[in-house]
Amino acid sequence: MKFGIIVFPGTWSDMDCHHALGIVLGQRVDYIWHKDTDLSGYDCVILPGGFSYGDYLRAGAIARFSPVMASVQRFAQEGKLVLGICNGFQILCEAGLLPGALLPNNHLQYRCQWTYLRVENNALPFTSGVEKGRVLKIPISHYDGNYYADEATLAELEAEGRVVFRYCTPEGEATEEANPNGALHNIAGIVNKGGNVLGMMPHPERACEELLGSTDGNLLFLSIINSM
Amino acid sequence: MPVSKELLDEVALSEEEYQLIVERLGREPNHIELGLFGSLWSEHCGYKHSKPLLKMFPSQGRQVLVGPGEENAGVVDIGDGLCLVMKMESHNHPSAVEPYQGAATGVGGIVRDIFTMGARPIALLNSLRFGPLSQARNRYLFSGVVGGIAGYGNCLGIPDVAGEIFFDESYSENPLVNAMGVGIAHKERLVKARASGPGNLLMLVGADTGRDGLHGASGLASRTFEAGKELRSAVQVGNPFLEKLLLEACLELAQSDWVVALQDLGAAGLASASVESAARGGCGIDLDVLKVPRREQGMTPYEVMLSESQERMLVVVRRGYEEKVKALFQRWDLRSDVIGQVTDDGLARVREGERMVAEVPVGLLTDPPLYRPKARKPAWLRRVQALDLKDMPDLSPQEGNDVLLRLLASPNIASKHWVYRQYDHQVQDNTVVTPGEDAAILRIKGTGKGIALTADGNGRYCYLDPYQGGSIAVAEAARNLVCAGAQPLALTDCLNFGNPEKKDVYYQLKECIRGMARACRALKVPVLSGNVSLYNETRGQAIYPTPVVGMVGLLEDVTKHCTSAFKGEGDLVFLLGGAEIEPEAALAGSEYLELRSGRVCGRPQIDLQLEKRVQRCCLEAIRSGIIRSAHDCSDGGLAVALAESAIAGGLGFWGGRWWGQGQRNDVALFGEGQSRIVVSTSPEDAPRLRALAGAEQVPLQELGRVQGQHFIIEGLIDLPLAQLARAWWGGLEEALKSDH
Amino acid sequence: MYLAKVYVTPRPTVNDPQGLTIKGGLEMLGFENVKSVRFGKYLEIRIDHRDRAQAEQQVREMCRQLLANPVIEDFRFDLEEIEP
Repeated sequence: MKFGIIVFPGTWSDMDCHHALGIVLGQRVDYIWHKDTDLSGYDCVILPGGFSYGDYLRAGAIARFSPVMASVQRFAQEGKLVLGICNGFQILCEAGLLPGALLPNNHLQYRCQWTYLRVENNALPFTSGVEKGRVLKIPISHYDGNYYADEATLAELEAEGRVVFRYCTPEGEATEEANPNGALHNIAGIVNKGGNVLGMMPHPERACEELLGSTDGNLLFLSIINSM
Repeated sequence: MPVSKELLDEVALSEEEYQLIVERLGREPNHIELGLFGSLWSEHCGYKHSKPLLKMFPSQGRQVLVGPGEENAGVVDIGDGLCLVMKMESHNHPSAVEPYQGAATGVGGIVRDIFTMGARPIALLNSLRFGPLSQARNRYLFSGVVGGIAGYGNCLGIPDVAGEIFFDESYSENPLVNAMGVGIAHKERLVKARASGPGNLLMLVGADTGRDGLHGASGLASRTFEAGKELRSAVQVGNPFLEKLLLEACLELAQSDWVVALQDLGAAGLASASVESAARGGCGIDLDVLKVPRREQGMTPYEVMLSESQERMLVVVRRGYEEKVKALFQRWDLRSDVIGQVTDDGLARVREGERMVAEVPVGLLTDPPLYRPKARKPAWLRRVQALDLKDMPDLSPQEGNDVLLRLLASPNIASKHWVYRQYDHQVQDNTVVTPGEDAAILRIKGTGKGIALTADGNGRYCYLDPYQGGSIAVAEAARNLVCAGAQPLALTDCLNFGNPEKKDVYYQLKECIRGMARACRALKVPVLSGNVSLYNETRGQAIYPTPVVGMVGLLEDVTKHCTSAFKGEGDLVFLLGGAEIEPEAALAGSEYLELRSGRVCGRPQIDLQLEKRVQRCCLEAIRSGIIRSAHDCSDGGLAVALAESAIAGGLGFWGGRWWGQGQRNDVALFGEGQSRIVVSTSPEDAPRLRALAGAEQVPLQELGRVQGQHFIIEGLIDLPLAQLARAWWGGLEEALKSDH
Repeated sequence: MYLAKVYVTPRPTVNDPQGLTIKGGLEMLGFENVKSVRFGKYLEIRIDHRDRAQAEQQVREMCRQLLANPVIEDFRFDLEEIEP
């Protein structure tokens, strides 16, 4: 099992993902510079969080044209795993690998806080090791996390079980109060039709050690590792 | 050159200083040379009024690797071959003009100070002061500053982990925005800012140069300032994305052997960066302004040298390696240009193509005259120190609940989560204790260690007694670290004062520094670096003298840290420390006094010997696992500290009446006497705590126990915990909604 | 040479918190008859092209590929000939 972490100019969760996967979970991990295009040898690529190109124009709008993104498209088509976290989720939406878009948070403020996520679908390589309905404690850190899609797309996502994580209370209720950014249907993460491209706003790589407040992020990474 | 008063005003030099320049130079300086002198002799760069006083600070210690003034930031050893680089800086005046960009570029500046030394920035802290939120202008400044810090810092991926915010009329119109940066580096890979090796090349990297912030150093930072439209031209706009690229590229460069020195361009831009790095290296520089890439057309050499365009670095490159360095920056999409070279004749030479436009000895530019004005104890000091409680009725039992709730909801005491949830405080995967505690704790990857960080200051105390107030600022910062379980290591400071040419203000500056230095010695915490922001005045009225202390402490074992939250039902709660002081001293400058009577008066005091023992005892109790929570007792006094520990733990408290007959209720509940820590322990460990306190000769008083879901102090306070929590959590947001 | 003035606006069905906030601000200032505010972006692009049709075609492509996100944004632009 080998992970590749893509580094765009302005990315900053690259080192955290590297730490979580390489040090905490002992996996093989490489950084992939956004101008490189060779993804052979990787089983899973991660598009990490940050402010690629400063989030200027729109979050992810410029990064999606980086040379590596054409390779990511092919990689996804081959059915290999792609995980977009935070800015990575935004890039995947801009690139059309995932439907919808991430608008500015409805309160127009940046939010860094712990959130609770209800696992809605565990029939995926990203969540196979977690019970459906389980509540995960994983933090967010973003300004543009307000998930939007038109009604038809939303209906399709829901019908096909492609909403993977929903913001909820610690008890698992997807209430308005538990929604930190105004995302439609409390959506925190979705998956593509093929089930191999996951985008999520929360940061699982920040929740891999008891010392830092949660180990729930490991459940995701271990699911990926064990799915191989 | 005939020199006019207007011209001297423009560069902020006095006529005497001009005569001194002519005398030392042996001729009249030209316009560009005069600009160089004006910037480098400004208070911001030259520390004309503060340097003699700053010498009072102790800066020695086994752990100190780089002390004050030697480099862009101070450096302290934390073992395992690692060191921390730290510095605090003010961006008060730019933030008063344009709060969002002022604060944002303040963050940018402090971050450059850290990575300039080859250290990866791992934490940001802020200390902020504003006028009351009841005024719309202050709300605008406050939300602008917070937005700017978030907008810039979040983009860089550096966690913003701690800080403080205080509101007082004294800071209306003149907010204080102090930013602190902390970085980590391998000791042997630190980069200096000393230009050396004649023939080596000067490269300018990063943003193009425009007319941004001309006279930032001399104009804004050393003349009495009034927020006004005419200064808008000096506003710099930050580009955090570019800064992030510069940061990564410079850290990569620092790992190579191609670089001799790195120096960021801050106040007074290229002038100060090139001259100061030459001065440190004892050499000269020769540069050509035509080689500086520009954003605007028609810029004069004067403007190029003094521009404060952000996100630029000066790199001294070993000759022959310039192409390699260029390629490295290219990879990060950064432009770099050779603009000159290092020389051996000690002269700062500026050319515009073939034409020499300035030629001045580096030594003259970095040797401003130092002033030791007469300090005079202000006549008004005795008046504000006078506090007679006979005039003020004691708190009655019926008022207890109401006053506690109002204090908890007051913006100075209420939770600041409205602010810090807008800052990314977890990126980099090190944050063990997040903002909102006495100190933040970060783990140091690859070791079992941790560091604790805090920023503290209390302008009211310093206004009432600058000497005691200065000591208290240092003591409280150290106490916050101790409450987290960390041994204080070193500090950086930012001294925010009014116009030092006024005798009153100079007295405050001198006494504050003297008081801080005394506490540094007593607690054995050396001063690593610092910054001075003077002329903080509006319409002739100075702000409270406000020294802010940023301190770092070390935890040998990060898992043995402590927080303020009560941990378990039935635990016993004690007050550790506390001197027997007059009630007037306990209420001096307190939040309670301000709330009840609208007055800021009295005379705060501190016993540093007791402070030392209290801190040693608390640290030992945490390390040996005797206590389960520790919380510094500060603004709002004991009742507020107890309430905060209860709210943080989600557990109630029951307390008996622990003070004697005839003693005032308000002093017991809301007095702010120093050297006090609220701790909790299991009943089984209580005897060990008693024994430890006894051995250290530290007073220890049992206050009550952790119990239920109510907060009770017999006879005075009885409230549901949820109600306390609502007041404390929502206080700041409520105040922001106020519309007067 | 042409100057393209490009306007990017949120699509009518998309929530626009910035626009709503600005509307609130205007109402606070006493502009009570403000019915709605939509917050968008404005760009000025100079293009070296002799042929108007080609310039227009290029700007449209720029908008489609990068400047606007069709999921949430609409665009329109004006093109005017300018001195080089």
